[in-house]
Amino acid sequence: MSITTPNGFNLDNSGRRVVVDPVTRIEGHLRIEVNVDEDNVIRNAVSTGTIWRGLELILRGRDPRDAWAFVQRICGVCTGTHALTSVRAVEDALGIDIPENANSIRNIMQLCLYVHDHIVHFYHLHALDWVDVVSALNADPRATSALAQSISSWPLSSPGYFRDLQTRLRKFVESGQLGPFKNGYWGHPAYKLPPEANLMAVAHYLEALDFQKDLVKIHAVYGGKNPHPNWLVGGVPCAINLDGTGAVGAVNMERLNLVSSIIDRTIAFTEQVYLPDLIAIGGFYKDWLHGGGLSSKNLLSYGDIPDRANDYSPANLMLPRGAIIDGKLTEIQDVDLTDPEQVQEFVGHSWYKYADESKGLHPWEGVTEPHYQLGPKAVGTKTDIKAVDEGAKYSWLKAPRWRGHAMEVGPLARYVIGYAQGNPEFKEPVDKLLRALDLPLEALFSTLGRTAARGLECEWAAQKMRYFQDKLIANLKAGDLHTANVGKWEPSTWARDVKGVGFTEAPRGALGHWIHIQNTKIANYQCVVPTTWNGSPRDLQGNIGAFEASLLDTPMHDPQQPLEILRTIHSFDPCLACSTHVMSPDGETTIVTVR
Amino acid sequence: MAALETFYDVIRRQGISRRSFLKFCSLAAASMGLPPAMAGRIAHAMETKPRIPVLWVHGLECTCCSESFIRSAHPLAKDVILSMISLDYDPVIMAAAGDQAEAALEDTIQRYKGNYILAVEGNPPLNEDGMFCIVGGKPFTEQLKHAAKDAMAVISWGSCASWGCVQAAHPNPTQATPVHKVITDKPVIKVPGCPPIAEVMTGVVTYMLTFGRLPELDRQGRPKMFYSQRIHDKCYRRPHFDAGQFVEEWDDEGARKGYCLYKMGCKGPTTYNACSTTRWNEGVSFPIQSGHGCIGCSEDGFWDKGSFYERLTDIKQFGIEANADKIGMTAAGVAGAAIATHAALSAVKRARAGKGENQ
Repeated sequence: MSITTPNGFNLDNSGRRVVVDPVTRIEGHLRIEVNVDEDNVIRNAVSTGTIWRGLELILRGRDPRDAWAFVQRICGVCTGTHALTSVRAVEDALGIDIPENANSIRNIMQLCLYVHDHIVHFYHLHALDWVDVVSALNADPRATSALAQSISSWPLSSPGYFRDLQTRLRKFVESGQLGPFKNGYWGHPAYKLPPEANLMAVAHYLEALDFQKDLVKIHAVYGGKNPHPNWLVGGVPCAINLDGTGAVGAVNMERLNLVSSIIDRTIAFTEQVYLPDLIAIGGFYKDWLHGGGLSSKNLLSYGDIPDRANDYSPANLMLPRGAIIDGKLTEIQDVDLTDPEQVQEFVGHSWYKYADESKGLHPWEGVTEPHYQLGPKAVGTKTDIKAVDEGAKYSWLKAPRWRGHAMEVGPLARYVIGYAQGNPEFKEPVDKLLRALDLPLEALFSTLGRTAARGLECEWAAQKMRYFQDKLIANLKAGDLHTANVGKWEPSTWARDVKGVGFTEAPRGALGHWIHIQNTKIANYQCVVPTTWNGSPRDLQGNIGAFEASLLDTPMHDPQQPLEILRTIHSFDPCLACSTHVMSPDGETTIVTVR
Repeated sequence: MAALETFYDVIRRQGISRRSFLKFCSLAAASMGLPPAMAGRIAHAMETKPRIPVLWVHGLECTCCSESFIRSAHPLAKDVILSMISLDYDPVIMAAAGDQAEAALEDTIQRYKGNYILAVEGNPPLNEDGMFCIVGGKPFTEQLKHAAKDAMAVISWGSCASWGCVQAAHPNPTQATPVHKVITDKPVIKVPGCPPIAEVMTGVVTYMLTFGRLPELDRQGRPKMFYSQRIHDKCYRRPHFDAGQFVEEWDDEGARKGYCLYKMGCKGPTTYNACSTTRWNEGVSFPIQSGHGCIGCSEDGFWDKGSFYERLTDIKQFGIEANADKIGMTAAGVAGAAIATHAALSAVKRARAGKGENQ
């Protein structure tokens, strides 16, 4: 049957059904089903979140100052971003201002996460969608060296370097134990890189694996460990002591130097490895411009990285805030997370139940009741699903909507909004990249565009780490050592009944936490996370979400080898553990109504 | 070169005798409930089969354990993956997806029966017939049991697999259940922490490859080499505890001087882990060193033991300390009993003045 969705996509589920479960190289558990026509072109796509943990219910009744640690465990890949969102939500509710130094340190940690997340995504989660590891065995190390040196001044580029690496790779492959590369799609015609580019990419896969462990030492300095560094309502937990007694046990000159040296290495890596690789690889795939989906229509960003502390207005946020609807780049709409008409969640096709499923609910009014049930057209049994029925409920993700619209969030959304606002920090790198690849602006609205925006943002974030580290040091020079505001630390100082909202831009997109504090305890806590936006199931009007939209009209070489599906889904950097919503123990009905 | 060595080659190179190797094979057979005669076949497999296969499955979790694992500096994660083990299934990094991924899992189970390690990150939810965590259309619990059946040993990565962790915190809506309560017929090595320290994770794996045996475990199933002492026992701020020098509020003079975080709720005195010795991220720091108390993330049920900022009141473990700790015991004991009152402060002051009584 062929239909057109209200958000303008044609769906036809008459062709052959193809299931990909598990979708790998993501965080968490995701299932994708598509229908392909006789030419193996995708005509229907269904995204099912297959994990649910119930963290928001667990938070009820807890000390709001503890919430960051709980919600940080929503995700260990984007580690810290939920914690930051949480302390902002609590500070918003309680009216707590943080010191300038705490703002700089938080921004450095958030930007460090951006760089880390984007590098690991590009090299370790996404690269194998573009890079054929086995083909690298056929590369000429000298030609590989010439290629590497033609695109970058990165020193690890000699013929001997690539020859040694190729030898190691050959022994690995010849051992017959391919480990994580076992059963990959090697030799698939959708791989377009010559052997030399593949060998260079494999080298950088391994270099990036080494580098990422050094990069996060910034989190260790300021937060004590990574993954899951420590945060604090009212500031940051690390104290600064430059030259007094006990400075050796605090953030001191040596610690600042360590952070600074890592920032320098990070800038070098992004400029000399990541971006040149992106352009080189992109050049071989610039004819593969599938996967645009919602990106040319509806985009949303909350903004992040406040320049000065405690000012979360768009003018003070270094990442853009706004919404684009129906591709109208000249009309950036204001976003207000407290407006009950803007962000709403629907459950018509989610495994939850509302009293009235035709309506969405703002997170402060979150009503959640689990309702796991397969639709009448599903194939299989309750515990052995062969195919879901997307006409009924089919996902553990709710369907968030902004003023009723399904939205795409993430680096591409941020870059398009920043570009449309005319911000040179976003516009100039985009124009430069498009010129380098000889592509028009419309090419951005694609899988490749999503992947490119992430790379550009990685470089932006590395530079901004330097900005905030310099700002921190300037503030210390001016004599301000404060890192925490304890004026409202004691619960006895809190108002009896308050609500707050905290937001960030997680590496994968807009993230909001809504908190309600009553009598010093959490009365309700709701998170609406990037992958819930992007991986959203349908709503009752039939609007499809970003994952589903992005897969449509993509030709597959062989439906049994779902490389094209992986490539596009990975371009969103999905994070499924984030898709948590409340429910009651033992399936008992819990209605959470706040107000 | 290491890639072509068999498991037997690797452990012989480490100086392990053939006798020890065979003993390891007997234990492996016994752990699978196999007759002793099977030990010979396992030994043969290990002599001829190269790198030991590892299947790494994921239940309800946040992937922080995988992220931590790739932070390992010694050995580097790439060397573990390319030269030490054969990571045949791990959805987080594997190239294949869907049917091809499931086939990779099945292939290793069939070809390496009894000779692979099952590493579990996260835990199975038992409510809703297990469908709060679905892999390949089926409950994760099924995949876990299936993969465990022929495993040589099971590693429970992190606090999710070891204890239940955050999704098992009250009221545990999904009935998230630690691995050892679902897999009861295999040796289960618990490597708790949220996440565990990277070098602890690779240390446990390489210990088994190097010495050809499971590490010595405590009664709760944790490797003694990393989990037999409390953070507090080896904390570099311990002298300040003993001297009664505490951080009283965030960013105060004591915080800037690196005083003890006990009064800010530090759970170091009741947490068994290697953070204060091995430290994190190639030894750069650990939570206390960066100014925040330990939240006790490697302990069973640490989410449900009150606020992370409430000071410990249950400190009877201090009784086992030697005389040198008397001053610290006084401070802790009185502070614990009185929960942050003037009495505690004055006790601390008395202790600092050297007049502390052990009561």
